[in-house]
Amino acid sequence: MWDLCTNALDTAKLRGASYGDVRVMHLRQRDLTTKNGQVGTLTQSESIGIGIRVLANGAWGFSSTDRLTREGVAACAAQAVSIAKASALAKRGAVVLAPEKAYVDSWQSPFRKDPFEIPLETQLALLLAADTEMGRVKGVTLTETNMQFRKIDSWFASSIGSRIHQRKVISGCGIAATAFQAGEIQKRSYPNSFGGQHLLQGYELVESLSLLRNAPIIAEEAAALHFASQCPEKFGTLILGGSQLGLQIHESIGHPIELDRVLGQEANFAGTSFLTLDQLNKLKYASSIVNVVADARLDHGPGLGTFAYDDEGVPAQCTDIIKEGKFRGYLSNRETAHLVGLDRSSGTMRTESWNRLPIIRMTNVSLLPGTWDYDDLIADTHDGILMETNRSWSIDDRRYQFQFSTEIGWEIKGGKRVRMLKNPSYSGITTEFWNSCDAICKFDHWTLWGTPNCGKGQPMQTMGTGHGAAPSRFRNVRIGTAFSNQ
Amino acid sequence: MKPSAKMKKASTGKKPGATELLREPELRDIIETVLRLAKSTQAEETEVHVDEVADALTRFANNGIHQNVAEHGVTISIRTVSEGRTARATTNRLDEDSLRAAIDASLSLAHGQPKDSRLLPMPKRQRYRTVNRFIKRTAALTAEDRARAVRRACDLAVKKGQVAAGIFSSGQSQSAVGNSRGLFAAYRETHSQFSITMQEDPAASWAKANSADVRAFNPQELAERASQKAHLAANAKELPPGRYTVILEPAAVLDLVGFLFYDFAATALEDKRSCLNDRMGKQLFGNNITISDDVFHPLQQGAPFDGEGLPRQQVLLVDRGIPKNLVYSRASASVAGKKPTGHGFALPNEYGEAPMNLVFSGGDSSLDKMVASTDRGLLVTRLWYIREVDPYEKVMTGMTRDGLFLVENGRVTTAARNFRFNQSLIEMLKNVELFGPAVRATGEESFEMVVPAMKVHDFHFSEVTKF
Repeated sequence: MWDLCTNALDTAKLRGASYGDVRVMHLRQRDLTTKNGQVGTLTQSESIGIGIRVLANGAWGFSSTDRLTREGVAACAAQAVSIAKASALAKRGAVVLAPEKAYVDSWQSPFRKDPFEIPLETQLALLLAADTEMGRVKGVTLTETNMQFRKIDSWFASSIGSRIHQRKVISGCGIAATAFQAGEIQKRSYPNSFGGQHLLQGYELVESLSLLRNAPIIAEEAAALHFASQCPEKFGTLILGGSQLGLQIHESIGHPIELDRVLGQEANFAGTSFLTLDQLNKLKYASSIVNVVADARLDHGPGLGTFAYDDEGVPAQCTDIIKEGKFRGYLSNRETAHLVGLDRSSGTMRTESWNRLPIIRMTNVSLLPGTWDYDDLIADTHDGILMETNRSWSIDDRRYQFQFSTEIGWEIKGGKRVRMLKNPSYSGITTEFWNSCDAICKFDHWTLWGTPNCGKGQPMQTMGTGHGAAPSRFRNVRIGTAFSNQ
Repeated sequence: MKPSAKMKKASTGKKPGATELLREPELRDIIETVLRLAKSTQAEETEVHVDEVADALTRFANNGIHQNVAEHGVTISIRTVSEGRTARATTNRLDEDSLRAAIDASLSLAHGQPKDSRLLPMPKRQRYRTVNRFIKRTAALTAEDRARAVRRACDLAVKKGQVAAGIFSSGQSQSAVGNSRGLFAAYRETHSQFSITMQEDPAASWAKANSADVRAFNPQELAERASQKAHLAANAKELPPGRYTVILEPAAVLDLVGFLFYDFAATALEDKRSCLNDRMGKQLFGNNITISDDVFHPLQQGAPFDGEGLPRQQVLLVDRGIPKNLVYSRASASVAGKKPTGHGFALPNEYGEAPMNLVFSGGDSSLDKMVASTDRGLLVTRLWYIREVDPYEKVMTGMTRDGLFLVENGRVTTAARNFRFNQSLIEMLKNVELFGPAVRATGEESFEMVVPAMKVHDFHFSEVTKF
């Protein structure tokens, strides 16, 4: 692979590139699903190719091909330079890259069991058993399960001399039960909705999730939701379960801190951000107990945002985003770092595949654990609603106003969970919401959740991000609006 | 690895934009090679998909190009059947060793599962209606062509004291499917798209067009339209949430009604996750709503065959407000005792099928006429981040974006701050008062469809944001 990389960089230089970096990527994926006791999807895929990014005449060009011959790669590199020169016809200023060292390294994400080595029969047997367990519950009308495994090799080379090979193994799985009755559809998922939990781990993730034990629990809940009371509409105390809080972090902290968005580079599609440059180190983003980091290091955990180097050849880092409630940092790359006074990229350039340009992405954007025991938090809540497992999510294009609904809610009265509520939802303004946080559970209740489906960029790229969160409490939140008809 | 005969991939371009796709005989060669290799395995039946894409996209922001990309790739996807079991393996390596490995992977997956008693034999040779959506002028568009158009749009922004961001993309793609029972189908098309956001801080507005033929739209006209609306969008006034009459431009209609498409899948009803369960044949929408699925409509794009190679049929889904028909894959048709309509996804999958070429009936009201007929309402340019809140009542939430305008006494009087909506699509399609002509609409939340602008009463806005 390194020969192809060198060939690409040499050709680009010969054609007039002042800088170049290339990624050869080999992606392997297996997808398994079941539905109502039958196998659904059963597919395996592989894709290999090269993406070449160059600077020429002070502007960017990128080209990609799966034609991995000397001629194919040379033609691709030449095309990248031609495109960069075309970009220069409408450039706004010359690109300036923050300095970075050259690295020669090889890294593999740790895993105990290679999911591609586990017999398919074993994997399907587990999914079908969980599917059957859910289907046994009266009232359940649809049962679904899924597993997804990915193995990604990338060879990164740049004209400053980096040669970095990384291998990542990613696993994910989840189950869901749906109940249709009397003009209403209710659904419960485990361990999370929209595909379950995903981590930078091997098959040990699947084995750790106790799918069979949880299958009847969520199936019973899906059926029981039809008999639950409607979540009331009011301002009140809200406790969010960890996975829902992970998505709240993703939408109302993770996206607004992307510097490309802040600088207007996503204005036409993903939107901009309320976190304009004048807010850095000034904005009181959250209450003083809130601490958020963007941490791509393995020390943070095996998240979907964990790596050794980003796709621009910058080592993984931990960046303070919110410290004791104050806004402290953005996600940056080599091109944007200097605009916020940094002398180095924070290492967040990531690409979905060989045929996509690396762009600024969340790594693991996590709320650090607090001090509360979960039982104490419930006991301390006189009147509130606990909401768990996301059902829908939406936020405006500057990331101010959001609305989430969850699959299930629980009324808390006098420090006790007293009854199930259906159709729970809440909404608010980002900074008002985070400033209302008055309790965060401790590390024992903290989980690094994986969001495997974050879409951004044009052409669209889907990326996995990590979000560590523990159940937390928020005061005076607007509840129940999504289902209000007023 | 041994290269297979006649399998040289197309050049990645003597000049940018000049990529040549594989010719139909080359697509047939690939499929026949896979079928030949599969004959010496345990595969009783084999299906091969070949997909090729050559796309380029120029992206601009802050009045200059900041990203500019091109891609070219071919994928081969192989489904085998053995002993009543089926599975799929996909590769983008075209040498015979890699194709053989993909066949083996597919068989290995197939053998790892229980026998599927519902599995049907692969379809035989079919007849297809021809559609031509490959426009040479679009395929030949270069990075320089796109850069020059972007430069003109950015110059306009600078002249107006505004900031432009957007994309100009063009490309070509093709799909072929063949199987061991003699079926073969192939289709190619071109595509082009220009989207622009003009920002006049803190306001913004937007315009976008999409076509197989790049000559079907004028980027500079789109830039002018976005620029004028961005200027109008300045000084937005905060209005109270509540129910308003809205005039939804086609992009706003598309991004909402696009969420209905899967509800017309027979499998969705079988799974009891469609909003049409218990509602087929009943007056669900207003009697002014008629919806069909029609891949042959002159404003549509997409292959005239489905994931198994069956010809797509035109299907009347909603007739004057009454859901009349569903779309069927071969499997769901077999379960329901119906004929397949050619809307199945590639097997194996759990979703079945879906209509991908929705066409709504339109009317003859222009946006101006809708505004003139409105005492008090809101003109909506575009919607954003739409998600399903209630799958049966089809309540959707989302935000307005890039130009929301108050209409009073028949004219636009001011810009309004953006609202969040929580609105049932079923209710909305009962409340349509006026329609514009149905056009090929393009947004960001749904794939392109043919829909009209609509004037709708009692649209529910629940909260307001800060801009």
